[in-house]
Amino acid sequence: MKFHLKNLIEKDIREDGRKLDEYRKIKVEYGVSTSAEGSARVTFGETVVIAGVKMSLGTPFPDTPDEGVLIVNTELLPLSSPDFESGPPNIKSIELSRVVDRGIRESQAINVKKLCIKKGEQVWMINVDVYPLNDAGNLFDAASLAAIAAIKDTKIPVIKDNVVDYKKKSAKSLPLEGYPVECTVYIIGDKLLIDPSTEEEELVEARLTVATYGNHLCAMQKGGNKALEQEEIEKMIDLAAKKTEELRKLLK
Amino acid sequence: MTLTKRYDGRKFDELRPMEAKVGVVKRANGSAMFKIGNTQAIAAVYGPRELYPGHLQNPENGLLRCNYNMIAFSGSGDRVRPGPSRRSREISMVTENALNSIVDLSQYPNAVVDVFIELINTDAGTRCAGITAAAMALADAGIPMKDMVCAVSVGKVEDKIVVDLNYEEDSAEEGVDFPVAIAARSNKITLLQMDGLLKKEDIKDLLRAAKKAAEQVNKVQIKALREKYEK
Repeated sequence: MKFHLKNLIEKDIREDGRKLDEYRKIKVEYGVSTSAEGSARVTFGETVVIAGVKMSLGTPFPDTPDEGVLIVNTELLPLSSPDFESGPPNIKSIELSRVVDRGIRESQAINVKKLCIKKGEQVWMINVDVYPLNDAGNLFDAASLAAIAAIKDTKIPVIKDNVVDYKKKSAKSLPLEGYPVECTVYIIGDKLLIDPSTEEEELVEARLTVATYGNHLCAMQKGGNKALEQEEIEKMIDLAAKKTEELRKLLK
Repeated sequence: MTLTKRYDGRKFDELRPMEAKVGVVKRANGSAMFKIGNTQAIAAVYGPRELYPGHLQNPENGLLRCNYNMIAFSGSGDRVRPGPSRRSREISMVTENALNSIVDLSQYPNAVVDVFIELINTDAGTRCAGITAAAMALADAGIPMKDMVCAVSVGKVEDKIVVDLNYEEDSAEEGVDFPVAIAARSNKITLLQMDGLLKKEDIKDLLRAAKKAAEQVNKVQIKALREKYEK
């Protein structure tokens, strides 16, 4: 099966009939949780990811006394794949958390200064939690899209007597100035492809996740053991930049 | 004090609107979603598969292993910290107990059937929703079962017996929370817990209310399974 898939990809053919640079059908739904301040469910074919935002009051970090705190966390639920196990986060889950987190953080799309309530004392803490509900491949892109969609969906809760009243949401959204989006380009043999299925993921020799924001790149991460030529990297970035524009349109 | 009307306007024996769907996690061997009011559980079954660590293996019977978890943004208040808590470990255990008596894993010696239950959104009654979803997921996975299990919480708010408590009722002062799981065919009770102050005489009424409510949950389970398999 593996051999067969690889042979197909060498001929630019994929098992499900897609082009190498074509995403599966993507759907973005908002407001899927009544308990979160904002939430979204993103599907890439059979891959399903949900993300939710919880806001709380906290003290700022000493080096950024006038900035709110954004933390993106993902957990690879054993519910979503036979390959995931219970227990403390493994390296796969940590990498996914950090790559999604950096894509949003480094873009500076959230104006964290506007999340300061009292300098040096009290700021909003924004926890974005992302969970796959079915891992059918390409969690990187699905998780990052779900995270930014949930942030977009968020309504800030009301503060009453210095305590968050979670029952009352204000009409105010988070200070989000644009949509950072990630696309991961994968290498199998000498072919570039995006949005692999579970079976295709097993063939991947290297990958490059590229986060873009406006006309900038804002974060990158290479994965896999294969060493890459400069030319290959440039091609991967070009493809990712083109594809992130498509993804960004889904958020509007 | 006497309760004349439930906080959300329901009748005393009225459950919240229910929804169920089987086969929601494609990569699992079996899966199901169960929603009751704003409480939503997803359960996925993996296995029978090889059991590690090996010392847990039983050459006479397969092992049913359940894991109950609330996702971080599932609570209406503060964020739920990820990872197991005393509460979630206890619920995992009573969930196992609730399901163990109706599954037959004797043909899977040394193997494990893993049931992962994730609470996506919560408004009380989470362990019951989890068990109800898990039973459907086990059926979807084709695990040999002698019966179906459906779970519902009953309880008391002020002086009235109510079914399917929401969070507001569950946390009411002097309220009683009484989660029950019932095997649908044999009518036997496979989960029973209780928190609150109760008179002995109330037990009969509470169990009667639980059985009646569980029948309705069971109907939703069967309908969802039929929707997948009777096409």
